[in-house]
Amino acid sequence: MAIVTTSKKACSVNPLKMSQPIGGSFAFMGLRGAMPLLHGPQGCTSFGLTLFVRHFNEPVPMQTTAMSEVATVLGGHENLEQAILNIYNRVEPEIIGINSTGVTETNGDDVEAFIRLIRQKHPQLEKLPLVYVSTPDFKDAFQDGWGKTVARMIEVLVAPVDAARPRDASRVNVLPGCHLTPGDLDELRTIIEDFGLKPSFLPDLAGSLDGHIPDEFTPTTIGGIAVDEIATMGQAAWTIAIGAQMRRAAETMQAQTGTPFRLFERLCGLIPNDEFIAFLSQISGRSVPSKYRRQRGQLADAMLDAHFHIGARKLAIGAEPDLLFDLSSFLHEMGAQVTAAVTTTNSPVLQRVRSEDVLIGDLEDLEELARSRDCGLLMSHSHGRQAASRLNVPFFRVGFPLFDRLGAAHLTTVGYRGTRDLIFDIANLIITDRETNHGPTPDTWRSTSGDLQVDPPQLH
Amino acid sequence: MTSLPTTIQDVFNEPGCARNASKSKVERKNGCTKQLKPGGAAGGCAFDGAKVALQPFTDVAHLVHGPIACEGNSWDNRGSVSSGSDLWRRSFTTDMSETDIVFGGEKRLYRAVKEITEKYNPQAIFVYQTCVPAMIGDDIDMVCKAASAKFGKPVIPINSPGFVGSKNLGNKLAGEALLEHVIGTGEPDYTTSYDINIIGEYNLSGELWQIKPLLDELGIRILSCISGNGKYREVAYSHRAKAAMMVCSRAMINVARKMRQRYGIPFFEGSFYGVEDTSDSLRQIARMLIESGAPAELMERTQALIAREETKAWAAIERFKPRFAGKRVVLITGGVKSWSMVAALQEAGLEMVGTSVKKSTKKDKERIKELMGQHAHMIEDMSPREIYKMLKDAKADIMLSGGKSQFVALKAAMPWLDINQERCHAYMGYVGIIKLMEEIEKALYNPIWDQLRQAAPWDEFDRKRQARTVAQMHAQTADPIRDVSKNGVNAISFSNQSEASNCESAIAAHGPNLDEPAKPCTNSSGLCVACKDIRSDLQPPALQAAE
Repeated sequence: MAIVTTSKKACSVNPLKMSQPIGGSFAFMGLRGAMPLLHGPQGCTSFGLTLFVRHFNEPVPMQTTAMSEVATVLGGHENLEQAILNIYNRVEPEIIGINSTGVTETNGDDVEAFIRLIRQKHPQLEKLPLVYVSTPDFKDAFQDGWGKTVARMIEVLVAPVDAARPRDASRVNVLPGCHLTPGDLDELRTIIEDFGLKPSFLPDLAGSLDGHIPDEFTPTTIGGIAVDEIATMGQAAWTIAIGAQMRRAAETMQAQTGTPFRLFERLCGLIPNDEFIAFLSQISGRSVPSKYRRQRGQLADAMLDAHFHIGARKLAIGAEPDLLFDLSSFLHEMGAQVTAAVTTTNSPVLQRVRSEDVLIGDLEDLEELARSRDCGLLMSHSHGRQAASRLNVPFFRVGFPLFDRLGAAHLTTVGYRGTRDLIFDIANLIITDRETNHGPTPDTWRSTSGDLQVDPPQLH
Repeated sequence: MTSLPTTIQDVFNEPGCARNASKSKVERKNGCTKQLKPGGAAGGCAFDGAKVALQPFTDVAHLVHGPIACEGNSWDNRGSVSSGSDLWRRSFTTDMSETDIVFGGEKRLYRAVKEITEKYNPQAIFVYQTCVPAMIGDDIDMVCKAASAKFGKPVIPINSPGFVGSKNLGNKLAGEALLEHVIGTGEPDYTTSYDINIIGEYNLSGELWQIKPLLDELGIRILSCISGNGKYREVAYSHRAKAAMMVCSRAMINVARKMRQRYGIPFFEGSFYGVEDTSDSLRQIARMLIESGAPAELMERTQALIAREETKAWAAIERFKPRFAGKRVVLITGGVKSWSMVAALQEAGLEMVGTSVKKSTKKDKERIKELMGQHAHMIEDMSPREIYKMLKDAKADIMLSGGKSQFVALKAAMPWLDINQERCHAYMGYVGIIKLMEEIEKALYNPIWDQLRQAAPWDEFDRKRQARTVAQMHAQTADPIRDVSKNGVNAISFSNQSEASNCESAIAAHGPNLDEPAKPCTNSSGLCVACKDIRSDLQPPALQAAE
């Protein structure tokens, strides 16, 4: 049981956290023909947009209601109306996904009421789905914005089901957390399809932000799950939710359509994937394909090969709760010691992190903890790079954003195969570090004190 | 201390701005930039602009007072380079919570300044105001004043909340903050007749260091650079310079003009991009310094250096001529400064076939005609879709633009080069222009383009197959009994709705023995199980058992 504490600092230094509204917009990016819209000043969108573009190296659709100081005083109704009409006329979206920001929440804009008024006034918008989610900047974090937005999509977009009609046994809904990459989603899609099941991913970032090249330039998202497919998700036999942040969405689905769900808090590691594959075998009634029996063996072998390097390594990790829980648990199962754990927001999984304590804090906290507790491996999103270079420890980039390396969309950590590759990547990083920074010298074992130095600190 | 609305009006009245001078009184009052269009805007906010302009000061702690979005979503995203302190790259924010919104954030801000002082002891702290605390009435001026008195170091309020306007306005408000609180508050150890300020230069990718050796050789000292690789103390004594060069006019013209007004420092607007502009700027600097009292021999030395460097540069450019002959360039950029590269690119043999004129004035357009010739295509307001089509139809060989439009080019399998702030190479001065040409050459002649423009081979198969299926369907309509065993297909893949037919047709094309797996049946990485099932149905029982 980890003790969860919150930083008492007045000044957050080198933030780990990103804001909730862009987490919401991110979720809308997994819908086909979508235009995410932030109701707030244009900077909110501009910063978010830049972050997504740098992470994915992809064009990213995102718009703003461009609230000015005057508009803020007068209320945001007119700006929202103009924004929706402009988007509707210019880019013909299949859906507009609206998230509020700090400014419009402080102002108390009643966006649901605005939308009703706008619909009354402009009957041409009748068929255009408008999903609004309240996501103030000054509360919660990125993954909360994602979770709330997906839950709201289900409320608004999933059609009611006829209880008398049997469910489609071959269909499963997948509600992935925002910590899964397009690569992860593709891996899950393959696995689920291999059991003869038809998955519907909500949202489906693999459809929109996997880096494919379209024939035509499109101002909205260029793939992802379609609105009419979402409408039919109530017919599925099962919902698979991935990450504790998706519990709310899965519960919403169950309450609304009766579709039962199974929550997988983790999909990285041997045991979690055994559970996942067993579950698929169970609900599909098919035996596990030989491909996965082989992949399981490969993972087991990778664990054997890499445990020499990862075992007993002191890990410092900074990530959003679900990613933190997944990766730190897995590395703990590989023999690493989770020595410093910092996260962004509260979550029920934090207490179960295999560490003495978890701090809701920033990257300055992580850097200090890693230094004082002598960590030999740092994991966080790209913003951890400065800390890693000051600490001079191997740095594994994971999560969002990854803006200083390529291929962020395809970093895969789920499934037997994803876990296997992750093990090799981390072990190789450690080996490289040992070769470049910790080669033995004639003086390595020369003792300056009287104590026996079996394992001097510089030889990790 | 002036109020924010007064400062903004003052900035809008900027007489030094050429575009402003050509406006009517009413237009001027409306401000520099177009009214933002909800649902159709893409730019940064005033806070963004202020931060961009000031962040390159290296020994200052930049503290953002606001909810996490403003700093958490944006920090460490600029390519400026420091030769000293790394403090500027660290990020400080009050990360306001709901409680702060309800009770006011001033106390938290004060405590944040205290924490930074204790932990990092910076030369100064810049406190950036953002929308939410501005709305609830947090008075950052007062907090900064109190903190400054208490901790005995400059704590400077940067009053530029995002919703007051555009990024460009933010640049200028940042300048106003420097003028009001920093410039003129310090004294240099010594002065010389060769001291200059460079205003609006951010040392992106270390560009300043492509110029500094030339200035060093001439004995010219950069007294203060605002703000690339700048130090707080240097800005504080920048009013002792003898002349100033303004590099990015849109950003900080108010600083240059007011420094001339207050301290009599003459300035000119110049650029270090391209051979001729670099030479012109060096000459201008020398001329202004001489007018301010430097010995006249400076000009001779400057001319000699220019002659030497130009000879080297043109010789180096010679190499690119055969490689660039007949290659056509589209230039999409807001800044006038990039045009100064045009002359050099043309000299190297590139043909400029189009440029954006969205942000240009009438005078600018005349200059474009002059530079590019009458035939240059002026893109007034082209949608990304149209630019994409233009590039895809290969009306150009390479596009040079800022990062925002990169995918329009790249997704059309068209060479592209970043010439705006996010770029990772330095293009200034005589060295820089050669580097730019190397990069253009690298982009143009990369072997990937030919491969990417080729369609996948099965696209052709698909077309043929489709024709055959149509023919078959016609035949079947004639023959009412459908012969299923003929191609063995009795199930349809459902792996992906949009491509549902591919699987079936792939198997149909390969026939039932299937040496080749039917790969393109699904968007995901492996085989779709439906096709696999179809195949296993077709395999002999012995093989199935072995699997």
